[in-house]
Amino acid sequence: MAIFINEDSKVIVQGMTGSEGQKHTTRMLASGTNVVGGVNPRKAGTSVTFEQGDVPVFGSVADAIATTGANVSVIFVPPAFTKAAVVEAIEAGMPLVVIITEGVPVADSAEFFALAQAKGVRLVGPNCPGIISPGKSNVGIIPADITGPGKIGLVSKSGTLTYQMMYELKDFGFSTAVGIGGDPVIGTTHIDALAAFEADPDTEAIVMIGEIGGDAEERAAAYIKENVTKPVVGYVAGFTAPEGKTMGHAGAIVSGSSGTAQAKKEALEAAGVKVGKTPSATAELMREILS
Amino acid sequence: MDLFEYQARDIFEKHGVPVLGGVVATTPEEARAGAEKLGGGTVVVKAQVKVGGRGKAGGVKLAHSVDEAQEKASEILGMDIKGHTVHRVMIAQGAKIAEEYYFSVLLDRANRTYLAMASVEGGVEIEQLAVERPEALARVAVDPIVGIDAAKATEIVEAAGFAADVKDQVAETIQKLWTVYSEEDATLVEVNPLVKTEDGRIVALDGKVTLDENAGFRHAEHAELEDASATDPLEAKAKENDLNYVKLDGEVGIIGNGAGLVMSTLDVVAYAGEAHGGVKPANFLDIGGGASAAVMAAGLDVILGDEQVKSVFVNVFGGITACDAVANGIVQALEILGDEANKPLVVRLDGNNVEEGRRILAEANHPLVTLAETMDGGADAAAAAANA
Repeated sequence: MAIFINEDSKVIVQGMTGSEGQKHTTRMLASGTNVVGGVNPRKAGTSVTFEQGDVPVFGSVADAIATTGANVSVIFVPPAFTKAAVVEAIEAGMPLVVIITEGVPVADSAEFFALAQAKGVRLVGPNCPGIISPGKSNVGIIPADITGPGKIGLVSKSGTLTYQMMYELKDFGFSTAVGIGGDPVIGTTHIDALAAFEADPDTEAIVMIGEIGGDAEERAAAYIKENVTKPVVGYVAGFTAPEGKTMGHAGAIVSGSSGTAQAKKEALEAAGVKVGKTPSATAELMREILS
Repeated sequence: MDLFEYQARDIFEKHGVPVLGGVVATTPEEARAGAEKLGGGTVVVKAQVKVGGRGKAGGVKLAHSVDEAQEKASEILGMDIKGHTVHRVMIAQGAKIAEEYYFSVLLDRANRTYLAMASVEGGVEIEQLAVERPEALARVAVDPIVGIDAAKATEIVEAAGFAADVKDQVAETIQKLWTVYSEEDATLVEVNPLVKTEDGRIVALDGKVTLDENAGFRHAEHAELEDASATDPLEAKAKENDLNYVKLDGEVGIIGNGAGLVMSTLDVVAYAGEAHGGVKPANFLDIGGGASAAVMAAGLDVILGDEQVKSVFVNVFGGITACDAVANGIVQALEILGDEANKPLVVRLDGNNVEEGRRILAEANHPLVTLAETMDGGADAAAAAANA
């Protein structure tokens, strides 16, 4: 089963003809993803040649859906054009839109999130590495060769910590790993992914990775306590981050006493989640659960 | 990016929000000239610092003449307010205040929308009001697509209980403050206090604005608002090289890829440091996806320019980044830096093409470079080297 994407996912790439889009489409195709098209109004009717064959370019998301039955769009366009790309995908009726782009103005994210809510569209990102259901589909930039399919579900604000954790637990494998992104406003949250993993028969246990900023982890902790029966282990990055400084991710900032790693860790532990002190200690907690 | 009060005042004025005259000054003489420019009457000399509580700290003073404005400015300039040195004062026109209110609009991360807050009990610490008398602070959600139109402004004004004589004026001002928020790509616009003067006018007396740096591409003029004097010199140097760097107080320099992994590396180094004389991470530095020799050299150059640094931990998980490219980057960066590279370097590589990356570093056999097998092991080795 996996969550959000699986072997039936038909993926289009908004921004496929650009250098980033092309590079990552190559990687997605190489890991077996069913990429059915790209979108670029100026190159409609052409195609881009990859090792696995030619991928057609459509003039609009609506055209791409009509011709291919695409049900996932992944966006690799620069920040200034991201809002228009997301809005187009939402209005065309795309059920799942994954936004990789970093540096999107938060006002744009707030606007397209409100629109997505109204239309019942799931957004993942922005500023995220995407989603991988190993062996089934890979939408975004997560390396497919770290590990294969397995029973662990992973949700994380950070890309490289996702890779690190997949690597630490590579002998177990993953049902799905979701990188939700490090911006202040994101589409899919920890809670959304936790709910999906709870309902997914292929997922036996969940790793949740958080970081400083906002209170998403605290709210996820409350959700876990009430709604999640599968074992969850957690990791939070940023204990040493100073107050008032943005640590790389636009959303990773401790403001006054809010958004600290300590508060997040305590909230998770109070909800019965075992929290590791380091990524490898967190992986060790998961090993104990699964062995 | 947080703005100074005088910058917020200027932006308010640009969007038609009623403000009083204000002139920024960096010397007592400029303060005198500012007071003259405002007509020579009563003015307020206000320290420009990006921290609250300046009034209590003596950073806001009334002056009844240009002489007094100069004198008060010389008292305030150079003051230390909660660790912030005062480099500028604003000379603001005096006002006869009848009532003080509060208004703000900000990004509500939890609900992924905007939140407007208003109160007829302004002029106090709003965090305190929110805790002690939450019923006195109206909180109204703002739809990011619709914004604060006339209907929403009326809703806010009524929720906060503004009196009939100021309702319309406040609603109009709130709409203008929304224009500031949306057109300038702010994540916070706060007015405390918003006042009614004795002659019945509504005026934004003090403003706080935070701008979204991600929106910089559509606001070229925002670059000028940055306070270059407050930036740490190493942070400034890193910024020139497009590096994502934050200076911290510690001995172990950190280079990594990806914000989450770098934050985690800082934590792991701090834990490892507990067993090595309490050494701490010296910085946050995310080299991002491309770890070319030039990026690595620029990063190492910044870190080695930090006199506190005693060792460096390079922690890379190759996702898209290939470890051989990182290894080549390190080897070439050390060549570029030559004798300037003089601190031990512990390198941990994993992921994409790691065998080749480790082979390159082993072959180069640089006397300063040690390879670590794991992140925890690397953190421990780097902390030990910093404590040697």
